[in-house]
Amino acid sequence: MIMVNIAGIIKDVGTTTQVKTGAWRTFIPDVTDKCTGCKICESFCPDGCIKVNPKTKKAEIDYDYCKGCLICENECPFKAITSKMENK
Amino acid sequence: MKEIRVHGRGGMGAVTSAQVLAIAAFKDGKQTQAFPFFGVARRGSPVEAYCRIDKNFIRVRQQVSEPDYVLILDKSLVDAVDVLKGVNKDSIIIINSAETIKLKTKAKVYHVDASKIALDIFGKNLVNTPILGAFVKATGEVSLDSLNKTIIERFSENIAKQNIEAIKRAYDECSE
Amino acid sequence: MVLTVLEGSRAVAEAVRACRPDVVAAYPITPQTHIVQELANMNADGTLKSKHIEVESEFSAISAATGASAAGSRAYTASCSQGLALMHEVLFATAGMRLPVVMNIVNRSLAAPINIWNDQQDSISQRDAGWIQLYAETNQEAVDLTIQAFKIAEDKKVLLPIMVCLDGFFLSHTIEPVDMPDQKGVDKFLPKYNPTHAYLDPERPMTQGPFAFPRPYAELRKDLSDTIDASKDTIKKVSSDFKKQFGRQMGDGLTESYNLKGKKIAIITIGSLGGTVKEASDRKGDFGLLRLISFRPFPKVEIIKALKGIETVIVLEKNISLGTSNGAIFDEVRSALYAEKDRPKVIGYVAGIGGTEVTVNDVIKVVDKSKKQKDGEIGWLMGEP
Repeated sequence: MIMVNIAGIIKDVGTTTQVKTGAWRTFIPDVTDKCTGCKICESFCPDGCIKVNPKTKKAEIDYDYCKGCLICENECPFKAITSKMENK
Repeated sequence: MKEIRVHGRGGMGAVTSAQVLAIAAFKDGKQTQAFPFFGVARRGSPVEAYCRIDKNFIRVRQQVSEPDYVLILDKSLVDAVDVLKGVNKDSIIIINSAETIKLKTKAKVYHVDASKIALDIFGKNLVNTPILGAFVKATGEVSLDSLNKTIIERFSENIAKQNIEAIKRAYDECSE
Repeated sequence: MVLTVLEGSRAVAEAVRACRPDVVAAYPITPQTHIVQELANMNADGTLKSKHIEVESEFSAISAATGASAAGSRAYTASCSQGLALMHEVLFATAGMRLPVVMNIVNRSLAAPINIWNDQQDSISQRDAGWIQLYAETNQEAVDLTIQAFKIAEDKKVLLPIMVCLDGFFLSHTIEPVDMPDQKGVDKFLPKYNPTHAYLDPERPMTQGPFAFPRPYAELRKDLSDTIDASKDTIKKVSSDFKKQFGRQMGDGLTESYNLKGKKIAIITIGSLGGTVKEASDRKGDFGLLRLISFRPFPKVEIIKALKGIETVIVLEKNISLGTSNGAIFDEVRSALYAEKDRPKVIGYVAGIGGTEVTVNDVIKVVDKSKKQKDGEIGWLMGEP
């Protein structure tokens, strides 16, 4: 990227969402039936890509952005999140 | 001078790979240099690290643009970044993959399932040192003996033992 | 002496420990962080027996180091970029109070825009503060200059603070072989600091950094100027003393010439770019290198002498003196050569700003281009777009 305008001011904001960081994953987390919808994973996810679906009361992972850090798996008190190596 | 480029992802230890290679080559009596891509590395993002090996003291400090050897710690990087940049027909590429990978290059491509080796031995996907076993096999640029000595110096006893086992397996299992 | 492969920052931290500072006060900033981290580790492990002062900013770091030196102890700090800029006010006081503080600068650009990478804008911008400034080409030289710096700074004829500058990342984050001077050798080379001008002793009270009326102020400033000029002799002497003790020397301590004999074209640069230019000179031998190790004091006489017979001088520097269109060293080199008969044409390049790469090929191209250029022309090397 070359910034040629005055002071490199960025007026096109929120462009981070264009970077689909899901490609960075080595391990992929999976939410199993044990999920109680407690939202702990939601609050711990450093990328904000887990949301508990209000209808199903289950956590859902946005794999477009999930980097596979597995903090969710580590934090889940119900062992409801499992992970495996992703075959890309 | 031999120039090595390591492709990894933030947190995989690409810098450690380059550093361990440099120290091992130094133990073989050569002059060496290793440095990371000077960036803001985030866990999981594509990163690079570099290593140079030569008879004389290495004065150039630019990033490696025409590598003799390329180490790829994660095969998904093949689609994400230009791992073949500056590679020529005499280059050697070593990739962490269970099966042969077709790359658009005349360079020799070796593969080793370093992830499986790492999961078997460490229980974690730590491929940055195991893959160096494959590097030794494919290039002969550093000796296995010096590599193991470097590992013993750098890690605590048990971890060093596991690493040496992983390096040996990667050395044996690496193929074209 | 033990030859080991070490990260630049680690090597510098080891060198600092070998100098046995009484007080270390520093605030971490990229890319200097590893030095401070290592020193804190050594302190916690008990292998570095200095008083470690945790400070909340660089302003406090240099203030604490200055205060410690005023009390008569050997004081050390390290910084760069915005951190060094924040120290600006105190830097003048440290020098004016003639306190031999040693500071490593791990050179980095200045904001805005924010950039963490290497250029030398930070330390070059502090050139008028009265500090001696030495620049390293390799990690070995960073180690050697750091040890020499304490000896130069504490010399009774000098008593000035010193910045030992190493290029951020290019040196600080690179591992390469370094011959670490042994503790016994360093102890012999650098005895305990014995202050006779400024110290804290209730039996012998004194006022340091007093108020001065215009005439004495001007006299003291002139004395400061004369002292830093004269420090060249001490820098050279310490450099050759270091060689006697440890068997190595870069140039004469002030400058280093490489492949310059019989050449018509010379490149002047400072810091790690010296290695790139040496490599380029070996590959295409129609030019040589004059590397400035000392930027303050500015080795004017030495430059004139080294450039005798040279027809083209190219200054490659990692700073821009905004408002002059060129780097600060370009003007000083050209001015030094002004009175010479048959003075060479001088061409300037602002290069490697904000971490952009200057490659061996860039250097060769710059030399080829210079053959058709006129005196005073300025260019920029900005790497790949």
